[in-house]
Amino acid sequence: MKLTTTKRLERLHDRYANGDLSRRTFLTLTAAAAASAGLSMPWMGRALAAVQEVRFDGWGGTVQDAIDKFAFQPYTGKTKIKVVQGTFGDEDEIITKIKTAKPGDYQVIHSSGVNYYIKYVNAGLTSEINEANIPNMANVLQPMIEPFRKLTPKLSAVPYDYGTTGIAYNTKVISPEEAKEKGAALLLDKKYAGKVGGYSDMTTRVWYAALATGQDPNNLKDMDAIWAKVRETRDLAKKFWSSGAELMDLLSKGEIVVTDAWSGRVAALQDQGHPIGYLDPSGSYAWMEDMLILKGSPMAECEELINFMLDPATSIAVAEGQSYPPSLDPTKVKLTEKIEKLPAFDKTGTMKSLTFADPTYWATNEDAWTKQWNRISKGA
Amino acid sequence: MKRRWTLYDPRLAWMLVAPVLLLLIFFLILPIAVMAGYTFFTFVTAGVETSALTTANWHEFLTDSYYSGFLLKTLRVGAITALLCGVLGYFPAYFIWATTFRHKWLLLLLLIVPFWISFTIRTFSWINILGEQGVINVALLKMGIIHEPLQMLYNEGAVILGMLHFLLPYMILNVYVSLESIDRTLISAARSMGCTSAQAFREVTLPLSLPGLAAGLLLCFVLAAGSYVTPQLLGSGRDALFGNLIYDTIMGELNWPMGATLSIVLFIVLGFFAAVYTRYMGMSQIVKGLGG
Repeated sequence: MKLTTTKRLERLHDRYANGDLSRRTFLTLTAAAAASAGLSMPWMGRALAAVQEVRFDGWGGTVQDAIDKFAFQPYTGKTKIKVVQGTFGDEDEIITKIKTAKPGDYQVIHSSGVNYYIKYVNAGLTSEINEANIPNMANVLQPMIEPFRKLTPKLSAVPYDYGTTGIAYNTKVISPEEAKEKGAALLLDKKYAGKVGGYSDMTTRVWYAALATGQDPNNLKDMDAIWAKVRETRDLAKKFWSSGAELMDLLSKGEIVVTDAWSGRVAALQDQGHPIGYLDPSGSYAWMEDMLILKGSPMAECEELINFMLDPATSIAVAEGQSYPPSLDPTKVKLTEKIEKLPAFDKTGTMKSLTFADPTYWATNEDAWTKQWNRISKGA
Repeated sequence: MKRRWTLYDPRLAWMLVAPVLLLLIFFLILPIAVMAGYTFFTFVTAGVETSALTTANWHEFLTDSYYSGFLLKTLRVGAITALLCGVLGYFPAYFIWATTFRHKWLLLLLLIVPFWISFTIRTFSWINILGEQGVINVALLKMGIIHEPLQMLYNEGAVILGMLHFLLPYMILNVYVSLESIDRTLISAARSMGCTSAQAFREVTLPLSLPGLAAGLLLCFVLAAGSYVTPQLLGSGRDALFGNLIYDTIMGELNWPMGATLSIVLFIVLGFFAAVYTRYMGMSQIVKGLGG
C-alpha cells in the first residue's frame, strides 16, 4: 500500500531508534525530506496529499444506484474516501472525455468488457493493476479474466458482472408463447411495425442481424445480408434507444412493444410491476462488464475500492440490486437463490452456455462496421 | 516632454481591448485553428490518430454524397425552422410593441421565462405532449376523436416543433427591438396623410422592422442548422442533422480527424451565411436583439 509522508518519516525514526541507521544517515535523510518539503511546489502538496476521493463513471440508473448503495456508501463509511460519481449513456462518449482530460481526472470506469478494453489499450489509457492488492480477485471467474489477460498480461481491469441482451416484449401485446416461438425474429415482425425498438449500437444490431440470417456472430460470411437485415429492423423501428433510462422509458410508456434489451433493466421494470416479458433467444448476445482503472489514477485507493467491491457480501448485494450476475465463481462462493434465477446466470462457472463476442474478430471490423451502422441508422 | 495619456489614446484603446482579444484568440481562434489542423491528421483506429498529414478526410467529404446530402438536408431544416420562426414570431413581437398594457415588462419577462428551465428538459417535455401516452393522444382517445394514437413523435415535424419552441424567443426579441427603434411619429404621419392602418403597417412599420426580422432569421437559421440535441431527442435516426453526424463521428466512431473536418465544414457554411448577412445588413441588429 502507498505510504503517507508522515508514515515514512515515522518509519525512518523507528529504524534510527532501533539502531538500523547511523545518526549521519538518519539526519541526511531527514534533511532531504525537509528540503524537499520546503522546496516543493503547490501542486506537489496536492499530489502527495492523502487521496480523499476516487472518481467513478458508470451507466447510471438502477445499475449505478445499486453500486452506490451497496458498495460505494459502505466503502466511504469504512475508509472515509469519497467516491465521486459520473454517468454516461454510451461508453464511446466517456472515452472521448477521457482523451481530452488530464490523466487522473477520470479514474475508475464501469466498462463494457473486452471489446471496449481494446479501445482503452489502443489509446494508451490503461494502467497496471497490482493484483496482490486485490485478494478478492481469487474468487473471480477465470473464464472472464482470461480474455483481458490475453490483451494485457498486466491487467488494467477486473471483471465485475455479466448479462445478456435478449428480447423484451410487452406481455399485453405479445404472449410469452408467441415470443418463444418467434424469438429474435420478433424484431423483424411486420405486425409490430412502428412499435419495435432496439439498442442504437453497432454490435447489438449486427449481432441480431447475424441471428436473423443464421450466421455465426463471431464469423460473419455475408455482410450484405447482415446490412439488409439491419435496414429491415431500422424500417420497422420506432426508435433506437441509446441509454438504459431511455429503454425503460420507451417500454414502460408503451411507445415500443418489442426490443432487444439489457436483462437487468428489464428485471428492474418487472420489479416495478410493468407487463414486460424477457427471453434469451438461442445465441443471444452475452457481454461482461469490468471495473477499469485508468492511467494516472491513485492506484492503491482504486485497487482497495475494487477489492471492497469484489468482497462476496458486497458483490452479491450489488448483483441483487442491479439484477446482473456477479463475476464471482459460483463454485467458490455461495451465491443467493435470487442471483441464481437471474437471466444469463451460469451456475457451472465455465461461461460456456453464453455466447460472447470474440474481441479480436470484432475489433478488426469495428471501425468499418460502426461507420456503416451510423449511416444506416440515419437512413442510408 | 513626456507624452500624456489622452481620452482617445490608441494605446489606451488597445489596453482596454486586450483582455477580450486574448480571450478570443485563446478560446475561439486557437481552438478553431487546432481543429482545422486536425482535419489533416490520419485516423488509425477508434480513438487513435497520428499527426501524419493527409487530405484523405477532405477527399472523403468532397467525394461522398452522404455528407453533402446531410448538409443540404440540414440547411433545408434550418431554413424551414427560421421561416416558421419569422412568421410565428413577428406577430407576438408586434403585439408586445403595440400594446398599451401598462405592464409591458411582464410580457417581455414571459418571453424570457423558458430560458430559466434547462433546454434539455424543455425538449424532453415534448415527449410527454406528443408521445403515444402523451397529453394530446390521451385526450383525443378519451374523447373518442381517434381510435389509434397519432404518430407525432420521432419525425421531422417533431424536430422542427422542438426547435421552434427553443428559437421563437430569439426571433420575437429581435423583431421587438427593431420595432422599438421605429419613430412612432412616422406612423402617425402616414396615417395623417391618408394611409389606412394596414397601409401604414405595410409601407412604414414592416420595412423599418425588416432588419430585426432578418437578424432573427439569421440567428434562428444558424442555431437550427447547428442543432444537435433536438433531433437526437425528438427525431428518429433519419431526422438527424449535420450536428448529429459530427457527434457520431467523434463520439461513436472516435474518428476525430473526420469529425473535425465535418465541424469545420459546418463552421464555414454557417459562417458564409453570417458573412453575407453582415455584408448587407451589418451585425448591429443581432447585437441589439441579443441584448434585449
